[in-house]
Amino acid sequence: MSDAVLPAIERPRAQPMGESGLVKGLLIGTALLFLTAFLFLPLITVFLEGFRKGADVFFDSFSDPDTMAAVKLTLLVAAIAVPFNALVGIAASWAIAKFNFAGKNLLLTLIDLPFSISPVISGLVYVLLFSAHGWLGPWLIANDIEIIFAVPGIVLATVFVTFPFVARELIPLMQSQGTSEEEAALTLGASGFHTFLRVTLPNIKWALLYGVLLCNARAMGEFGAVSVVSGHIRGLTNTMPLHIEILYNEYNFVAAFAVATLLAGLALLTLVAKSFLEWRYAGELAASHRH
Amino acid sequence: MLIPSRRKLTLGAAALALALSFGPALADKTLLNVSYDPTREFYKEFNEAFAADWKAKKGEVVTINQSHGGSGKQARAVIDGLDADVVTLALAGDIDQIANKTDKLPKDWASKLPHNSAPYTSTIVFLVRKGNPKGIKDWGDLAKEGVAVITPNPKTSGGARWNYLAAWAWAEKAFGGDETKVKQYIADLYRNVPVLDTGARGSTTTFAQRGIGDVFISWENEAFLVQKEFGADNFDIIVPSLSIKAEPPVAVVEGVAKAKGNEEVAKAYLEFLYSPAGQKLAAKHFFRPVDEAAADPADLARFPKLELVSIDTDFGGWAAAQKKHFADGGVFDEIYRPTN
Repeated sequence: MSDAVLPAIERPRAQPMGESGLVKGLLIGTALLFLTAFLFLPLITVFLEGFRKGADVFFDSFSDPDTMAAVKLTLLVAAIAVPFNALVGIAASWAIAKFNFAGKNLLLTLIDLPFSISPVISGLVYVLLFSAHGWLGPWLIANDIEIIFAVPGIVLATVFVTFPFVARELIPLMQSQGTSEEEAALTLGASGFHTFLRVTLPNIKWALLYGVLLCNARAMGEFGAVSVVSGHIRGLTNTMPLHIEILYNEYNFVAAFAVATLLAGLALLTLVAKSFLEWRYAGELAASHRH
Repeated sequence: MLIPSRRKLTLGAAALALALSFGPALADKTLLNVSYDPTREFYKEFNEAFAADWKAKKGEVVTINQSHGGSGKQARAVIDGLDADVVTLALAGDIDQIANKTDKLPKDWASKLPHNSAPYTSTIVFLVRKGNPKGIKDWGDLAKEGVAVITPNPKTSGGARWNYLAAWAWAEKAFGGDETKVKQYIADLYRNVPVLDTGARGSTTTFAQRGIGDVFISWENEAFLVQKEFGADNFDIIVPSLSIKAEPPVAVVEGVAKAKGNEEVAKAYLEFLYSPAGQKLAAKHFFRPVDEAAADPADLARFPKLELVSIDTDFGGWAAAQKKHFADGGVFDEIYRPTN
């Protein structure tokens, strides 16, 4: 977040660029070359491969019921995981940034945990917990509750992996904002919830939105953790990333890249939405950052 | 840990409610067939044929869901609770694992259907690039210097275990049973493997799509499929002097099928594999049918005749082969040293 809003802050400073034009050109050229080779070219390849046999074949790929089921499942998982992580993320950041309590650092570390461990392990944890021979397995079977190799398991794994995005955006901002405005509101007689709604939330809304967009992009794209808990039943527990792998493995390269195009398109849309909001509300963003 | 665990519970309940409304609502019966990698195309067509047959006989709509992956990995998922009504895996050892680790399958599952519960067989052949530029003719050529061999990892892939055992059987015959020489040969062969994928389909893509390697040790059905998908003018199939009779077995996971009320349809599904219609489809998708009379003669003509060893008579069955070769600390661990 801080990177994204920095350019909006105008601050007089000494010109540090004493380098010659050649050095500048080389630096910019290297960065551009790197971006082209590692980001732009692969992305173009995805789109080209998807359309290799023409637009008809491309759009036909989406009439397959299994593909549609995968798209629907991915949207469903994101629709549950993102709002949930937004709510819990706000609660956790609020608690960490505005209050002091024992174990605060431990909580911060726990929030970072999903970033630092491999998604495969995030998936395996749930297998160990909920599978037929896992800790809770026998109880789940006795009560006829399906978690692993079914939609709930996929949602759980996605929530786990995408948990830090919102909280990680909010905590630094809320910490830098401090508690003085909230204290003022409380002194003037506002209730706790009212203070949150009218003072805290407006101050964090851009960081929150940014966190939600990142969280959404990852929720739709997660492969590793979901692959472990999915069971790979086509039409039932295949999300879009898993379905892309299946199509690729069945020599259905056009369909695989068509679905990949859709997934990449959703990610690009997320980025465009983010850039648009930043541009449209640049002034407000800078203002909120100055608090 | 307070927050994460509370999160799990509330979310589990919410997601559960959604999942219940998410299942297929139209079908009267839903079967789940958990299978291995190279059977995707075959079961796609077979499932339609069975559903039509069942509809005609019983008037009931049955939907068959498929899950594919490396055979060992799939068995692991069923043990962990993947709700398979039937398993159709690459080798008996993997179904044995399910029977050993759970009570969903009887220990004598293999005796429930004809031919050790294997409705079709296959064997192991070589796929090389067009014109066979490295002159690969038999197993001995795979251990030569400068030949890059593609085969999956025997620890996770069923097909890879058949590959390994076929190579072993050839070497045992070639070196007159001298086990030191046999092990040296196997070690040399695996030294030539640049990429050890986890499943047969991954190896196929490595060889055919990514263009890595000179020779691909492959299921016979997978080799034919590559020729069909990527064009017969790109690859040649080489039949070695000796190979192994691979019997991919099938079984009803009785514990699951009974709980879902699918026992009858699951049994009928596997029996349909043995029917003339099922056998004909198997041959069409490059599996060797057990009932040759049912198959299209043109399909049968594609299968070359070659000397085949058997897992039961030459290796003492899967349990013994698994223990000697593929278990932790077995021969494969002893000889396999990845090189770069």
